Amino acid sequence: MRRPRGCRRIGLHAGNDALGSLTLENIRKSFGKVDVLKGIDLDVKDGEFVTFVGPSGCGKSTLLRVIAGLEDASGGSVRIDGEEVGSVPPAKRGIAMVFQSYALYPHLTVRDNMGLGLKQAGEPKKIIEERVRVATSMLSLGDYLDRRPAELSGGQRQRVAIGRAIVRKPKLFLFDEPLSNLDAALRVNTRLEIARLHRELTATMIYVTHDQVEAMTLADRIVVLNKGVVEQVGLPMELYNRPANLFVAGFIGSPQMNFIEGSRLGESAATIGIRPEHVSIGKESGTWKGKVLHAEHLGADTILYLDTEKAGFVTARLFGEHRFAADDVLYATPDPARIYRFGQDGRVLS
Amino acid sequence: MNKARTSIPRAAAAHAVLIVYTIIALFPVLIVVVNSFKSRGAIFRAPLSLPGPKTFDLIGYTTVMAQGNFPLYFWNSLVVTVVSIFLVLLFGAMAAFALAEYRFRANTMTGLYLALGIMIPIRLGTVAILRLMVASGLVDTLTALILVYTAQGIPLAVFILSEFMKQVSDDLKNAGRIDGLSEYRIFFRLVLPLVRPAMATVAVFTMIPIWNDLWFPLILAPSEATKTVTLGAQLFLGQFVTDWNAVLAALSLAILPVLVLYLIFSRQLIRGITSGAVK
Ligand SMILES: Nc1ncnc2c1ncn2[C@@H]1O[C@H](COP(=O)(O)OP(=O)(O)OP(=O)(O)O)[C@@H](O)[C@H]1O
Ligand SMILES: [Mg+2]
Repeated sequence: MRRPRGCRRIGLHAGNDALGSLTLENIRKSFGKVDVLKGIDLDVKDGEFVTFVGPSGCGKSTLLRVIAGLEDASGGSVRIDGEEVGSVPPAKRGIAMVFQSYALYPHLTVRDNMGLGLKQAGEPKKIIEERVRVATSMLSLGDYLDRRPAELSGGQRQRVAIGRAIVRKPKLFLFDEPLSNLDAALRVNTRLEIARLHRELTATMIYVTHDQVEAMTLADRIVVLNKGVVEQVGLPMELYNRPANLFVAGFIGSPQMNFIEGSRLGESAATIGIRPEHVSIGKESGTWKGKVLHAEHLGADTILYLDTEKAGFVTARLFGEHRFAADDVLYATPDPARIYRFGQDGRVLS
Repeated sequence: MNKARTSIPRAAAAHAVLIVYTIIALFPVLIVVVNSFKSRGAIFRAPLSLPGPKTFDLIGYTTVMAQGNFPLYFWNSLVVTVVSIFLVLLFGAMAAFALAEYRFRANTMTGLYLALGIMIPIRLGTVAILRLMVASGLVDTLTALILVYTAQGIPLAVFILSEFMKQVSDDLKNAGRIDGLSEYRIFFRLVLPLVRPAMATVAVFTMIPIWNDLWFPLILAPSEATKTVTLGAQLFLGQFVTDWNAVLAALSLAILPVLVLYLIFSRQLIRGITSGAVK
């Protein structure tokens, strides 16, 4: 069996103000010989909104499933509200989870989808009804209570899935890429809704995403994962302004940071990094002379891909509209205060 | 049908192929049914012609009803088939769920062991099975047949169902676990309804060989009280004379119950396909 069984009951009846701290200590997880999580340490405070970001396959969902108790860790300990939950089944951990694929029960109505967890926990009907009512008004789902999931749009389904989580009044919300099946406009709306829910419920939330915009906009703190290890934990602006290593520097920020071999520029550092938005462009003079390979005009931004003589390929991001086209010869100048230097091992040099 | 996606020649060709196939498949059945309504002479003189006013004869059916104990045989066949299908589906689906859902050390080995049953015909073990049944006093009981057919049907059921169960969304099952559903509830309420089309397929594939089997009824339960229809119809196939009217009538009647069962399962099939899935 993959899941632990136990009968300790924690906090399912806690009130709306139930907050949950989460502590992970040296969490490891292997599938056979493959080590997916290689010792994760993390502290999440009461009421905090933490996002996990990282490339596909880095173990974000696995970590979330370990926290939820859907997967046994191969080592380490998970504590929710200071209580070790290694042998507590998922339903009794005081958590709720929202899945990428919505995972609504296809044979139940919206009302029953939301109420099932409480019904299983033996809550009286009155309380279930009341909580479903509160959640549906929060998410404006009132008109759909008697529909089945098949009769809802994608956005509505995801709201039901979020409602199902709210109804449980968990200490800890777990979101696994809840927005990735939605289209761009809906994604922004639902993102705002989740931010609002976090303010209203003041609950602790952990949110997995590989979309850095979601991570930057929602999070109090971001955890950057890569290949089963934590690369850096910090405030969104900390990660942007002071990345600890090459991976974080490349992962946070879009378009990606330019990396230039140090030796090309006569620097002692192995790699020099400069963000596209910190490269300025001149027609007559500048540090690196180069030819425009491609120009992307986005209205608010213009993104230039340059092939420079000295620094190789460089991306520059300019504010507003500019009339540059391919094959124009330009000069790129990095902002010296915004240059990052990385050592041989990929760590940032201070 | 979507107009933009159909072309008349292509549709005509597809239909022609299907119609030819249907004719080939149904022809023998039709001959059996048609001839069961004719007199003995007419069956041999003009086997392909429809029964006319002169050749129409219900003698086959009256013989079947009068001789032997056909209502009982039908009942036996039905009990054996339905109970076997039920057990095959229940245990097959449970085993398939375990193989598809849980990681345990012997998982692959168990799967292979069960798949072996598809490749090795159960009849090879007839002698041992008979000994077993004699020893346990189950000879001449329907239980003996049900046990054998259940064993015979489970490997294919596990094989097909575990493939389908692997496709049921993990998120759905995990959502159930977080809501506190037991593994049994998850299996019966969430997973089974989603693999219903596969269950119907398995039911059809399991049902036909059981209904038609002559071997095990003959060996394990040949007594009058436990005869199945197929075995009962042998009554009319003599070594020297064969009562063709009765044989054809018995076979025609034997088609009806399977037809009904098939219709039930195929409706499940269609309903399963059209019901809303996870996303
Ligand atoms: N049940 C399993 N058996 C074996 N390997 C698994 C299993 N589940 C996940 N893995 C492996 O663990 C690694 C991490 O998977 P995980 O689903 O946690 O990635 P992720 O970070 O959530 O990626 P994504 O952003 O694509 O969802 C992957 O390489 C995957 O192949
Ligand atoms: Mg994932």
